[in-house]
Amino acid sequence: MSEKEQESGKAGRRGFIGASIAGLATLALAPGVRLIEIGNARPADEAASSTHRWGMLIDTNKCAKGCNACATACNLENGLVQTGRPRTDAQWIRKVELRDKRTGATQQMPLMCQHCEHPPCVDVCPTGASFKRADGIVLVDRHICIGCRYCMMACPYKARSFVHEPLTEQKPDVPRGKGCVESCTLCVHRVDRGETPACVEACAAEGHKALLFGDLKDANSEIAKRLKTEASTELRANLQLNTGVRYQGI
Amino acid sequence: MQVEVFHRLEERFFYGLALAGGLIVGLGLLAAHYMETHGHIVTGMDNQVVWGTPHIFAIFLIVAASGVLNVASIGSVFGKTVYKTRAPLSGLLSIAMLAGGLMVLMLDLGRPDRLIVAMTYYNFKSIFTWNVFLYTGLFAVVAVYLWTLMEPRMNRYSKIAGFTAFVWRLVLTTGTGSIFGFLVARQAYASAVLAPMFIVMSFGWGLAVFCIVQSAMFSWNKMELHPDILKRMKNLLGIFVAGTAYFVAIYHVTNLYFAKQIDFTRFILVDGGIYPLLFWIGYVLVGTAIPLFLIYHPKLGKSCPAVIWASVLVLFGAFALLYVLIIGGQAFPLEIFPGKEVTSSFLDGQVAPYAPSAPEILLGLGGIGVAFLITTIGVRVLHFLPQDDFVQLQGAGNITD
Repeated sequence: MSEKEQESGKAGRRGFIGASIAGLATLALAPGVRLIEIGNARPADEAASSTHRWGMLIDTNKCAKGCNACATACNLENGLVQTGRPRTDAQWIRKVELRDKRTGATQQMPLMCQHCEHPPCVDVCPTGASFKRADGIVLVDRHICIGCRYCMMACPYKARSFVHEPLTEQKPDVPRGKGCVESCTLCVHRVDRGETPACVEACAAEGHKALLFGDLKDANSEIAKRLKTEASTELRANLQLNTGVRYQGI
Repeated sequence: MQVEVFHRLEERFFYGLALAGGLIVGLGLLAAHYMETHGHIVTGMDNQVVWGTPHIFAIFLIVAASGVLNVASIGSVFGKTVYKTRAPLSGLLSIAMLAGGLMVLMLDLGRPDRLIVAMTYYNFKSIFTWNVFLYTGLFAVVAVYLWTLMEPRMNRYSKIAGFTAFVWRLVLTTGTGSIFGFLVARQAYASAVLAPMFIVMSFGWGLAVFCIVQSAMFSWNKMELHPDILKRMKNLLGIFVAGTAYFVAIYHVTNLYFAKQIDFTRFILVDGGIYPLLFWIGYVLVGTAIPLFLIYHPKLGKSCPAVIWASVLVLFGAFALLYVLIIGGQAFPLEIFPGKEVTSSFLDGQVAPYAPSAPEILLGLGGIGVAFLITTIGVRVLHFLPQDDFVQLQGAGNITD
C-alpha cells in the first residue's frame, strides 16, 4: 500500500470516528431522542422508573377456545417444564374456562399474576422477597425468598407457584430455585429490553390479539387509550387492589 | 435401701423417656432432611394447599405454648395461690412447646437453610415478621419470668415479669390468629373473630397440656392432686373448652349469614368429605361434648383419670379443628369468578385433594418430641414439680380440708 493511500485511509477512519462521536453525542444530548427510549428499553444499570406502569388488557371475546398459545409460550420463555403433575407444576399463566351457573354461557381467558398496585403478596412477605418494582411489576427476589408460602396464601388469584422439585435446564434470563415461590414476571427481562411479554407475542402470532401490553401511564399508548374509551374490569375488584391486568368481556 | 432402688429406677425411667423423646426428634429431623433434599413434592402439599400437616403441629404447639402460660398468669397476675406453685412448670412447658413449634415451622420452609435471611431481612408490614419478634421475644420474657420465680432474690420482680408475659402472650396469640385473619384471598379466613378465637383456644389447649403433664409428674412421684385443686383446674378447663366452642360457632354462623360464604360453609360443615367428619365427630363430639360431659358430670368430674381423659380429648379436638381450619380452608377453591363454574389446567374451581404424607407427620411429631424432651430434661434438672402448701391453701380458702 502506497504512502498516499495509507494517509487517505487514516483520514477516512478519522472522519468516520468523528462523525460517529458527533452522531452519538447528538443522540445522547438531544432531549427525548435517545434510541434507548424509542425502543422502550432501559440500560441494565438503570433502575425501573415510576414514570411507567406496565399492564395488560385482556379481551376475553378474542380469546379462542382450545387455544393455549399464551401458556405454551410462557413455559418456553421461562423454562417452566410441565411434568404432568398439575398440582405441583409451576404455571405462571393458565387458561381458565368459565361457565355461568345460571345462564350456562361459557367463556375463556388467561389468568396470571395481576400485578396489583397494592399486592397482598408483598404485604405478607416476611423478608421483603415479594416486591413491586417502581414500574408496577410484582416480582420475587429469589435470593431472599425463604419459601414460607405466605404469599401463596394471600394471593387472591392463585397466581403463584411453589417450586416443589429440583430444577434443570433453566433459562439464563429467568433464575428459579427449588423451595422458592414464583409467578408471572410480565416477562420483565423482555420488557427491560423493550419487548413485549411472550404470551402477548404468541397470542398475536396466532392472530387473536386478545392480549394488549403497554404502559398504563403513557396517555398515548394503545392500552391507555383503550382503557379510557372502552369498559374494562379487574378481577376481584371488591378488594380494591388496582390490578395492572384488566379484562374486557366478563 | 428402698430410696436407693427408687432413685436407680427413676434414673432409668428418665433416660428411657429422654431416649424416646430423642428418637422422635431424630425421626423428625430425618423427615425434614428428606423434604429439603427432594423438595415438597414428597409431601401432600401443592400449589393450592400450601400449608400442610407440619403447620397444624406448629400452630398447635405455638398456640398451646401461649395458653399454658395462663396457669402462671393466674398465679402471678391474678394472685391465686393454687396456681403460683404451678407457675414454673407452666413457664417450662411454654418454652418447650414454643421451641417445638418453631422448629417445625422453620424446617417446613422451602429454604430452611435461609434462616439467617429470615432473621436479617424484615418487612414490617407482614404479620409473619411481627411473629418472628413475638415468638423469639416470648422465649426471653418467659426465661426472665422463670428466673424471677425460681431465684428467691428475684421473687419480688415476679409479678411484673408475670404481667409482661401475660400481655406478651395475648399479643402473640393475636398475631398467630391474625396470620389467617388478615388473609382476604381465601373464603375460610379474613375474619376478625380468628384472633380472639385463637386466644381462647390457647387457654383450653394450654391448660389441657398442663393437666396431663402435671398428673404424669404427680403419679411419677407417687403424689396425689388435692380434689379441690383438681376441681378448680377442671372447671377452668371446662370454661375454656366451652369458650372455644362459642367462638367456633360464631365463626360459622357469621359465615352462614353471608351469601358469598354459604358454599364454603356447606363444604366445611356438610359435604366436604373428611372436613365435616373431622369437624363434627373430631372437634364437636370427641373434642368438646365428651370432655365437657366428663368435666361437669357430678361423679366422673371428681375423678382424676376422667379429667385427664377430658384433657387428652380436648387435644384431639384441637388437631381436628386445626385440620379443618387450615387444610379445609385451603382445599376449598378460591372464588375468583363469583357465579361461575371454573375449570383449568391449574385445578381452578376444584377441591384440592390433600392427604398428609409420612415425612410431614414425622416432622410434626418431631416438634412434639422437642417439647417432650425439653420438658423431661427440665423437670429432671430443675425444681418444677408443683408442691402445694396445704396449710397456706387452706388459709387462702383455696381448699376446704
